[in-house]
Amino acid sequence: MPDILIVNNLVKKFENVVAVKGISFTIKEGEIFSLLGPNGAGKTTTISMLSTLFQPTSGDATIGGHSIIREPMQVRRMIGVVPQDLALYEEMTARENLTFWGQMYGLSGKTLSSRVDEILEQIGLTDRAKHRVKTFSGGMKRRVNIGVGLLHKPNLLFMDEPTVGIDPQSRRAILDSVKDLNKQGMTVLYTTHYMEEAQELSDRVGIVDHGDLIALGTQKELTKQVGEMETLVLHFDESEDVEKLAASIQKLPGIIKADVSDHAIAIIVPEAEEALAPVITRTNELGIKVRSIDIQEPNLEAVFLHLTGRALRN
Amino acid sequence: MKKLFIIGLKDLKLTFRDKAALIMMLLAPFLLTLGLGFVSGRFSSNQGSVISNIPVVIVNQDEGQLGQALVDIFQSRSLAELVTPSVETDPATARQLVDDDQASAAVFIPMGFTQSVIDPKAQADSTTLQIEIYGNPTRPTTAGVIKTIVDEFISRVEVGRVSAEVTVSQLLAGQLIKPQEAMQIAMTIGEQSAATASTNDAISLKTSTNSGAEIQFDVLAYLAPGMALIFLMFTVTNGGRTLLNEKLQGTLPRLQVSPTTSSQILGGKVFGIFLTGLAQMLILIVSSTLFFRLQWGDPLGVLLLVMAAVVAAVGWGLFLTSLVNSPGQVTAFGTAIMLLFSLLGGGFINRQILPGWLKTLGLITPNAWALDGFQTLSLGGGLPDILRPILGLLVMGCVLFAISAFLFTRRGFVKG
Repeated sequence: MPDILIVNNLVKKFENVVAVKGISFTIKEGEIFSLLGPNGAGKTTTISMLSTLFQPTSGDATIGGHSIIREPMQVRRMIGVVPQDLALYEEMTARENLTFWGQMYGLSGKTLSSRVDEILEQIGLTDRAKHRVKTFSGGMKRRVNIGVGLLHKPNLLFMDEPTVGIDPQSRRAILDSVKDLNKQGMTVLYTTHYMEEAQELSDRVGIVDHGDLIALGTQKELTKQVGEMETLVLHFDESEDVEKLAASIQKLPGIIKADVSDHAIAIIVPEAEEALAPVITRTNELGIKVRSIDIQEPNLEAVFLHLTGRALRN
Repeated sequence: MKKLFIIGLKDLKLTFRDKAALIMMLLAPFLLTLGLGFVSGRFSSNQGSVISNIPVVIVNQDEGQLGQALVDIFQSRSLAELVTPSVETDPATARQLVDDDQASAAVFIPMGFTQSVIDPKAQADSTTLQIEIYGNPTRPTTAGVIKTIVDEFISRVEVGRVSAEVTVSQLLAGQLIKPQEAMQIAMTIGEQSAATASTNDAISLKTSTNSGAEIQFDVLAYLAPGMALIFLMFTVTNGGRTLLNEKLQGTLPRLQVSPTTSSQILGGKVFGIFLTGLAQMLILIVSSTLFFRLQWGDPLGVLLLVMAAVVAAVGWGLFLTSLVNSPGQVTAFGTAIMLLFSLLGGGFINRQILPGWLKTLGLITPNAWALDGFQTLSLGGGLPDILRPILGLLVMGCVLFAISAFLFTRRGFVKG
């Protein structure tokens, strides 16, 4: 499959802050590509540049062969954008919103009205088409927000954290719809800070942190970076001083890494079950009570931890 | 162009779904007009002219014909319903009557007024030409009417004086008279002008349309446009606020990543504000015509004047929006501008009674130009009579659009 998106050393500076530090990657047609990283990593800034909202400070990207800098109008016709925050007119109905945005993408007449009907069906809101968006639940609004991005059947769909702040049921529906769209041939660039979403959806993942693309590949390729390591996660009450414990655990034999995040210590070890006994012993010696323990197989979280020394959701 | 209209119509639809905005745009000006109509007694009489029997004190210290001519005008039959003049000899007594709220204004015709107009030697001292009006601040509208009558009289006198000057100059240049005869001829022409100015029907607030139908002065014809224009400023600043709101709610960035140019987006927003303002004004005009039986005048003139007023007001709304950062700031500054423009532009008080510099400053407001036009139309004027205010409003709008577009571009609202 040919590359639909080629990103070449893209940089974005905001006054003294460098939000994106020269990232490069490609996306093939028909692929779901995820940019995975914590909040503030530069995911949204990257999508904003690729969707022509922000002009890059340096570097360039092409979408379907069109430069985002020199040919923004051609790029805009090829892409659909689902922004992180809802971007809808709440005083207008679902149908009115879809019709307006369809017109902004050059649809009109019967094409427009049939496409609006299709999207309403696709997002499961046909029976609520004449209701104002302000009366919808958060999940329903998200679905309309996604529907707007699909109206003109874009070649490449940008979805910027589309599941933030919604209930599990709506989240499940959105993830399923992304997979359905991809089955229909749509290429998707998906950003998230949820490791599980990136794992479930993506053909390839780019891990970003502090504006850098620190890893890129399929999930298998990425998890190989941490070898066959497992992650042992200990959860504590807020009152416990876990920093001292983490430093102490780090010194135990066989421990690769022990990092604190959000009242938990994530410990990378070759064999979690073997490491459990000395870790618990050290915890008891320091008089700290463990609330719960997780043992995780090698995953993207472990990759991020391995590469940055921090947990993904920190 | 199509997208521009779609964006504009979308904004019009959204505004008319906003109940709070509708209250401010339509209900508030309608109710205020109604209230002021009651206060001014507009609805207590079956007659169209509700300003009547304005008490005015005249102190005529002039020995010549012009002073008496002005007294005659106030005592003429054509103004009998409108004013109730009384003649005093003592200026202090006249001022006291105004201070005691027994008169709307006192008119002082200075000694030697006629002579100063007719005798060229006296013209060097410009103070001798001035007729003083001592207005009652609690009766701004009726004091304004008195001033209008005096202004009209002075205007006619001035026309006569200039005519005399030109005539004498031409006669001298053509050697049809001798230089020593010039003074006598100028005085004769001046006296004739004075006689003309004192004709009973020379000044009247009853005017006629081209068809001959009689138009009566209606206080509501002053109040209703004033109120509509005040709240038009609210509408346009509210429209400007929607631009910043769209940025906050993410719909502006979404528009910017669609295949829509920045000029289509900004043009569409401007068109939407224009449509909203136009709809507001037309609804208020139609409703006041239906409910208050208010005669706005020549429909084509009214329509064109409304459109020009909305263009100028939209210019101000955009200019304000281009200067601030948040919707809240637009609301705060918009309210301040709405009130300031109402004061300067004659929405609350007749701007004719304002000091000269404030009157001049008032010309920066769409209210002043538009009210001037609406008054002209309500008194029977036609389209040719309101070309000046229409032109003034359009120039104002265009200048403000240009400045706002520059500022929006500089702030990155409009991408190049």
